[in-house]
Amino acid sequence: MSLEVLGITVLWLFLYGYLIVASIDFGAGFFAYYARVSKREHIMSKLISRYLSPVWEVTNVFFVFFFVGLVGFFPDTAYYYGTALLLPGSVAIILIAIRGSFYAFGNYGSKDSTLYLFLYGATGLLIPAALSTALTISEGGYLTEDENGVTFLAGELFTSPYSWSVVLLAIVSVLFISASFLTYYADRAEDTESREIMRKFALWWSAPTIGASLLVFAGLRSHNSEHFGRAIDLWWMFGLSLVFFLIAVFLIQQKKKYGTAFLMVMLQFFFAFFGYGASHLPYILYPYITIEGSVVNETMGTALVTVFILGLCLLIPSLYLLMRLFLFDADYVKGKK
Amino acid sequence: MLELDGVTLSRLLTATTLIFHVIFATIGVGIPVMIAIAEFMGIKKKDPHYLILARRWARGFTITVAVGVVTGTAIGLQLSLLWPSFMQVAGQVIALPLFMETFAFFFEAIFLGIYLYTWDRFKNRWLHWLLNIPIVIGATLSAFFITTVNAFMNTPQGFDIIDGETVNISPLAAMFNPATPTKVFHVITSAYMTSALILAAITAFIILMKKGTDYHKKALRLTMVAGLIFAAGTALAGDLSAKFLAKEQPEKLAAAEWHFETESNADLILFGTIDENNEISNEIRIPGMLSFLAGNSFDTEVIGLNEFPEEERPPLWVHYMFDMMVGIGMYSLFIAGLFVMFMFIKRFNEWNKLLLMGIVASGPLAMMAIEFGWIYAEVGRQPWILRGIMTVDEAATTSSSVGIAFGLFLALYAVLGFFCVKVLLRMFKNRPPEAELEKRFPGGTLDS
Repeated sequence: MSLEVLGITVLWLFLYGYLIVASIDFGAGFFAYYARVSKREHIMSKLISRYLSPVWEVTNVFFVFFFVGLVGFFPDTAYYYGTALLLPGSVAIILIAIRGSFYAFGNYGSKDSTLYLFLYGATGLLIPAALSTALTISEGGYLTEDENGVTFLAGELFTSPYSWSVVLLAIVSVLFISASFLTYYADRAEDTESREIMRKFALWWSAPTIGASLLVFAGLRSHNSEHFGRAIDLWWMFGLSLVFFLIAVFLIQQKKKYGTAFLMVMLQFFFAFFGYGASHLPYILYPYITIEGSVVNETMGTALVTVFILGLCLLIPSLYLLMRLFLFDADYVKGKK
Repeated sequence: MLELDGVTLSRLLTATTLIFHVIFATIGVGIPVMIAIAEFMGIKKKDPHYLILARRWARGFTITVAVGVVTGTAIGLQLSLLWPSFMQVAGQVIALPLFMETFAFFFEAIFLGIYLYTWDRFKNRWLHWLLNIPIVIGATLSAFFITTVNAFMNTPQGFDIIDGETVNISPLAAMFNPATPTKVFHVITSAYMTSALILAAITAFIILMKKGTDYHKKALRLTMVAGLIFAAGTALAGDLSAKFLAKEQPEKLAAAEWHFETESNADLILFGTIDENNEISNEIRIPGMLSFLAGNSFDTEVIGLNEFPEEERPPLWVHYMFDMMVGIGMYSLFIAGLFVMFMFIKRFNEWNKLLLMGIVASGPLAMMAIEFGWIYAEVGRQPWILRGIMTVDEAATTSSSVGIAFGLFLALYAVLGFFCVKVLLRMFKNRPPEAELEKRFPGGTLDS
């Protein structure tokens, strides 16, 4: 595997990791707020906070990892995306900042503040929308470059049907992923009431997820037909994604094996996300940046890969420990520890 | 009147983010050490006071960590958003420590999560204490890695630029550049010192207000002894940094000292004012001291600002930043030394009101010194973003929306700062440590 393919694969894996953990987190914030305003808080919020408390910081790191790695492996991305994303990027940072701090303020400071919970819950749905603009811009057509530098065409982005379909997909996916995870988590906690609420949410958001994916495909077709063509060549990945989706919905509907169902949801997004990523190549930002043209020099690339492997040797056991202690510890999940 | 073009706005926004972030970053590096020490003492001495101390510090710490994490994310992204051309070069040369910093941060985040939720989960208290180690290592390594990046900006090396192309890259040489050792040493010791003094200041304040209990007295003794050790380390690091500057970055030291002519037996200038003809008045002059500071001998020749073309000189107001940083550093050493001396010599009263007031002041002052020091370090290398290679004007974004972003972030930091203080005050106000002690350790002993 060449350095640039290795680099982008690693980064994509981290972005996928962020997609899953952040979706659970973003959705959980929204559901926690929903539970408060619909007066069902006593049931759900404890459950959600038991899951979130030890992991919220880790979620953020996945994201930092991705963008630091991207600039490290592909320094040209800093130049183009940096210039283009100043405004959407700043909005995303501000939302992430509000969300992260108000989570801590609410969770460790004053648990009864509805304002804190609102800020935390509402931003959770806006962040995926803000972040997804980076993916939209990567398709090209929202930037121009001349001798004065790169200009971002905000108007184009706001009026583009493709851009809105991506935003829609981001939001419904968050709700779907989160609900299917929390269904599983509630089931493990033997908290039937919460499980039923979350189960309904999961089923409710399943159809829009697929609907929005189709919209994105349609949007891509008219926006960047080259990319669309490469996606069609990889049809089997999207097909597999759909199969895993159907299994997941079936299991949740039948009230069976919620753990497996969530695994299926993860696989569904894994194939869709990697299918999208693979068909995006060789471009990182169409048509300005390709992975071959922008990859960091070899010395740095090798150093990064080495550090990455060493880092994983440290991270994987640590993450395993974290999950053993909190996610897979039945007593903790049930609130006995 | 300051002209608000894109470059100025980019500088202002970066400065605002860093000035805000550095408060939380400093605490984030130093407090874990203090928590680890307190928990260690608690287990070792079988004294529940220290355990409660560690727990309460850890609880407050979560709030500051949250703000530190989110503002750290902000500066991480802003580097690319505001300085795209710089990051293009930096990506080629300095991506390694940036990348490693996120690993260190990851490591810390995982174990902090575990630490906070496993206080009562292990039978053996030492197992829980062990979780401090990865947290302290993660926090300190983050500081180390990110400081190497900043050091690189001051003394770039490990690459060549041939026809506009960056070639012959050596990631390790870039990381371990001449500025790295002194910078890292100074950053870490001063972060430890500041954290210890802030905790001491809070404790001293409570003792002043309502006569603290044994718990508070133990806390103050612990933080002041730690504060003294770290202050001594900071002073040493500061001295080494000045010697480094004299050798490798003379224009920065010369600007700090208003030192124009290259000469030996150079005077050290404390405070004073300067006019547009570079005439200095109202100063306190210590003959020969600058030479001594630069090379441990009055004969050391110190390079003056006149050796540098005018457009490559840092602004002269950094002198005040430098003086205030050093002044506060000396004060910290003095007040911590005084308390520790009183602590050991029985006929003095270490709970003397005046002394306690001095300690209360030392916390915020130390944090201000951190800010002054960073402003001096950063403005002192103007006009360069990469000293000798790239100026800040060449590195700034061409985007026209920096002004809007600046306004948005300014509002964000105001909101975060306000709520952070509010939540922290609320957290501790109505929960005295005595009640917590009674609840967790009824009878006042450790059950082991």
